[in-house]
Amino acid sequence: MTVADPGDMNEALKKRQFSRPGESVILFVLTLCAAVSLVTTVLIVGVLVRESATFFEQVSFKEFFLETEWQPLFEPISFGIWELVAGTLLVTFWALVFAVPIGLATAVYLSEYAHPNTRKVLKPILEALAGVPTVVYAYFALTFITPDLLRPVFGADQVNVFNALSASIMLAVMILPTIASISEDAMASVPRDLREAAYGLGATRLEVTIRVVFPAALTGIIAAILLAIARVVGETMIVAIAAGSTPQLTVNPFEGVQTMTGFMLQVGLGDAARGTVDYQSLFAVGMMLFLITLAFNVAAHFFVRRFREEYE
Amino acid sequence: MANQSIRLRAGGAVARRQLVSRASRYFFLGATVLGVSILLFLGYETIVTGASRLSLDFLTNYPSRFAEKAGLRPAMFGTFWLMLITIFTSIPIAIGTAIWIEEFAPRNRLMTIVKINLANLAGVPSIIYGILGLTIFVRFAGMDRSLLAGGFTLALMIIPMTVIASQEAIRQVPPSLRDGALALGATRWQAVRYNVLPNAIPGIMTGTILSISRAIGETAALLMIGGFTFIRFDPGPNLVDFADPAAFLAGLNESFTVIPIQIYAWSIDSRREFQANAAAAIIVLMVGVMALNLLAAVIRERFRRN
Amino acid sequence: MRELTAELRQGVTIPRPERPRRILTPDATAAERVQSEDPIRQPPEDAVFRLQDVGLWYGAKHAISGITLDIPVNRVTALIGPSGCGKSSLLRCLNRMNDLIPSARVEGTVEYHGADIYAKSVDPVEVRRRIGMVFQKPNPFPKSIQDNVVFGAKVNGIEGSSREIAERALKQAALWDEVKNDLKMSGLELSGGQQQRLCIARALAVQPDVILMDEPCSALDPIATLKIEDLIRELVKEYTIIIVTHNMQQAARVSDYTAFLLAQEHGLNGTLIEYGPTNEIFTQPREQRTEDYITGRFG
Repeated sequence: MTVADPGDMNEALKKRQFSRPGESVILFVLTLCAAVSLVTTVLIVGVLVRESATFFEQVSFKEFFLETEWQPLFEPISFGIWELVAGTLLVTFWALVFAVPIGLATAVYLSEYAHPNTRKVLKPILEALAGVPTVVYAYFALTFITPDLLRPVFGADQVNVFNALSASIMLAVMILPTIASISEDAMASVPRDLREAAYGLGATRLEVTIRVVFPAALTGIIAAILLAIARVVGETMIVAIAAGSTPQLTVNPFEGVQTMTGFMLQVGLGDAARGTVDYQSLFAVGMMLFLITLAFNVAAHFFVRRFREEYE
Repeated sequence: MANQSIRLRAGGAVARRQLVSRASRYFFLGATVLGVSILLFLGYETIVTGASRLSLDFLTNYPSRFAEKAGLRPAMFGTFWLMLITIFTSIPIAIGTAIWIEEFAPRNRLMTIVKINLANLAGVPSIIYGILGLTIFVRFAGMDRSLLAGGFTLALMIIPMTVIASQEAIRQVPPSLRDGALALGATRWQAVRYNVLPNAIPGIMTGTILSISRAIGETAALLMIGGFTFIRFDPGPNLVDFADPAAFLAGLNESFTVIPIQIYAWSIDSRREFQANAAAAIIVLMVGVMALNLLAAVIRERFRRN
Repeated sequence: MRELTAELRQGVTIPRPERPRRILTPDATAAERVQSEDPIRQPPEDAVFRLQDVGLWYGAKHAISGITLDIPVNRVTALIGPSGCGKSSLLRCLNRMNDLIPSARVEGTVEYHGADIYAKSVDPVEVRRRIGMVFQKPNPFPKSIQDNVVFGAKVNGIEGSSREIAERALKQAALWDEVKNDLKMSGLELSGGQQQRLCIARALAVQPDVILMDEPCSALDPIATLKIEDLIRELVKEYTIIIVTHNMQQAARVSDYTAFLLAQEHGLNGTLIEYGPTNEIFTQPREQRTEDYITGRFG
């Protein structure tokens, strides 16, 4: 090979501005694609903030956060968010009561007890459950859980046709895969030598699971539960169909309640005219919902990252 | 020697601990089976309730006041067109975003923001996407309660999860393929186009199909933008409209209903006989969702072997 | 040498040998260069690469530093040294593959035929098409043998039918006779040694003038290794080859010049300890550390 003259080589290695115009067009298009998600966020926040601002021009913060009555549609009109928040809380609480123990027990079984082949069969089935549309769960809650389970067991006079518990049970089924799958991942990534150390000290399988694996996977498990909470709080169909549309402060799961999402759907379905206070209340409640789910998601991701740092 | 073996047999406290440990297996197994069996049982209930209603007529009839005559036809047309719009708008954008993040993005704060933003967007409740669609597409862009508005709304909703799945697929491609191409003087895009993407496509398709199966069952967001209307025609363009862009677009501007909305409508109907319609519609929807999941699983397994 | 490694572990910095940074003036004669007592003997031939005080950072980690080195044309130059000494990192500086690592930063100048390849106006793609690279682990694309060879040629717009390009490159890489009837077969179905020769053919098809080889035989059995080494000796008639290897026998067998690198300060900060004709390095090294490494006392 002959040695090229430096000047020639400098020229040859030059960036050719126009030789690859396709490249810059493609990069531009890809950047635009990536911008879509940023724009989506800006729009979501923008819409929520703008419309709730109009809402709060007519309804004071004080009323929204300090009143306890949510009665936007008939006199005396009152916008106290707490009845909706309480409805969401009640439904979420009972969903977790069912889903957390069963979900964690499932995770323990898959991670610590099941034969690898059993696990290979069960885990995809479990994850496929996450794909069932929530309107299907809603149908189950209304047409099966309440009339065929709750009312016969607890008495028809005790259990309302629309009740928080039926929604909670189906919500629990909905988040079971989330809790089980993520917790199982967390337990499975606990290092082998931790387990072996405990077995070496004469611990039984149950003791290893409870005393060693569970604490070691705790951050991952917390992340799973937080993600599940975010999903329950944001779920609309199950609560709108099964839990009813009566905003009220109650701790009785046999009564109907209205959640934040349930109220939003109700406004969306009724043709509330644009510019009226009840239409705008949709956005104020939406803002609350957005902030609450965001908080849980951010917290969950924080714990996921913590867990990764610990073990990866 | 004999003494030794006696000492190794569990006795007293150890035996009790072992018994508890062995018993715990059945407790954990029971919990696992419980979750799965609840679903199997509900599935069985649905089939029993809905099977009587499931017929060709059910698929081809329009909704009706009479439960036996009411059918799923407009909802199936609606779901078909809505999914088509959602697929064609969301998938290019989602894959483009994933490629940008994994292959082109400068490793700076902008990219970190984009990534965190995507993770958070994926967790935004669907009803919030509903009010976004209502405000931006239906009201602001004047699309009204049309297929287009619905399709765009669902597209925005599934983009984050599709991006995250596609990123995962792109990351699975061995870096040596990319490096090999770049060392041969390929440009960044050439390396992506000819070496990274072909190997990431199965994973991207799997993730995309799962996102679509999420969109196909979505109800709340569509109810928000006003898909809850009584429809007695076939939403979307007709076959003859394919030749005429204006007519095609007009078809996409029609109002619509979809299968999950029909399930909702029949579920909350106070007349008990409509429950069978809801169950039958659930069977149709679940067949679709399961077919998509199966397709995703087949693609994944097929390419894993290669 | 044990004491030295122990010292290294304790974080004691080792004083650099007392020597001028760059004792050779460009107008020094070849004879003067060879006679110099400096452990770094720049070759008398024309240089393809001239490295001047090259350093490399991965974020805050200093991978290599202060490397000044001329790579002669149409010769095999071997980079040797214990793992972590920065020899692979140095190789990747030469065709700007380190650009792909976001935190990597190169200092000093790397001149390729007199042109600074890190100049702002330089397109890394143009650099890489002239400087081919073969990786540690054979990495054929999951495509047919022919498509593998033709890929680089096609993206660089080299004229000719795919079949001809493939045939020429495969013959050069001494793989043609083994695969000429199976050009449509997937490159992944070849044996490891064949895969590596396929990767060499792939690089040759782009018509580079330098080929960088990053431990090309580390994943191969002895027979496949021998074939690659024969091929290297064949290819050096037309190409300049730079090979990273941790196998000293291999360096002795295939290379004309050898550069010995050593990591200092806890595996950070790779520096050039000795450089010169391979036979001199292996028979009469001027540095104690080179001798210790070559005779297998550490590394």
